[in-house]
Amino acid sequence: MENYLKDIQDIKKMMDRSSQFLSLSGMAGIMAGIYALIGAYFVSRIYDFNYGHYITLESTSFKMMILIAAGVFVLSVVTAYILTVQKAKKQGETVWNSTSKRLAINFMIPLLTGGIFAVLLIRNHYYGLIAPITLLFYGLSIINASKYTVRDVRYLGLTIIIIGLLATAFMGYGLEFWALGFGVCHIIYGSVMHFKYDRNQ
Amino acid sequence: MSILVVNEYADFNTLKELLGVTDGNLASHAKALEAEQYIMIEKQFIGKKPKTRYMATKDGRKAFKDHIDALEKLIKKS
Repeated sequence: MENYLKDIQDIKKMMDRSSQFLSLSGMAGIMAGIYALIGAYFVSRIYDFNYGHYITLESTSFKMMILIAAGVFVLSVVTAYILTVQKAKKQGETVWNSTSKRLAINFMIPLLTGGIFAVLLIRNHYYGLIAPITLLFYGLSIINASKYTVRDVRYLGLTIIIIGLLATAFMGYGLEFWALGFGVCHIIYGSVMHFKYDRNQ
Repeated sequence: MSILVVNEYADFNTLKELLGVTDGNLASHAKALEAEQYIMIEKQFIGKKPKTRYMATKDGRKAFKDHIDALEKLIKKS
């Protein structure tokens, strides 16, 4: 009798293993959230510094903001990579295989689209929409990628989409919603994922 | 079959890695499944390298589902 149960469990495990990349680390989400909040804090200081003026594209302030955004992004990706490699090793899995490749591609397609769209928006001076757009595309990217990894991630994507829509409804609070979506949400979901999955390894 | 049922296709190396079997082992099991018409084997050449892909057939998927249902029934009985 136990053999039958084990058979079914083995089958299910093999189905998951071959279609989902399960080495994503929850800690990576928490760290990304922390980096985002720190970055948002520095950007708000830049806003305060420029109080009453518009920040033009050519100004050092804007360049600083871009630098901070890039810094947050790079730090998040590098941390995520390191933690994921660590987790994969612990699980005895490879990091770069067909499931992780599928995950990466399906994540990057909407993400790059959003990124290029945001850059084009900047060039056309539609600054107000940048925060909502990045949130929305990021949320969609996550939902798309969730098919190829731990399904819970889907809810992170949905939450970020809602935040993105709220950011569009309440224009002018881009930075706050951005901090909420990229910062707080990542910390919360990262923690949930960490306690749900990583601890048991 | 578990792998081929949830993925559109799987190539030789992926199956080998996931199942942890030798080349010969995998090839002979695959031949057996193909004989039952549960899977399709597609051999291609990418440049000079051969690439073998495996896909589940409709019959294969049905057989797999029947197998799972049977297992579940057996478990429920006890």
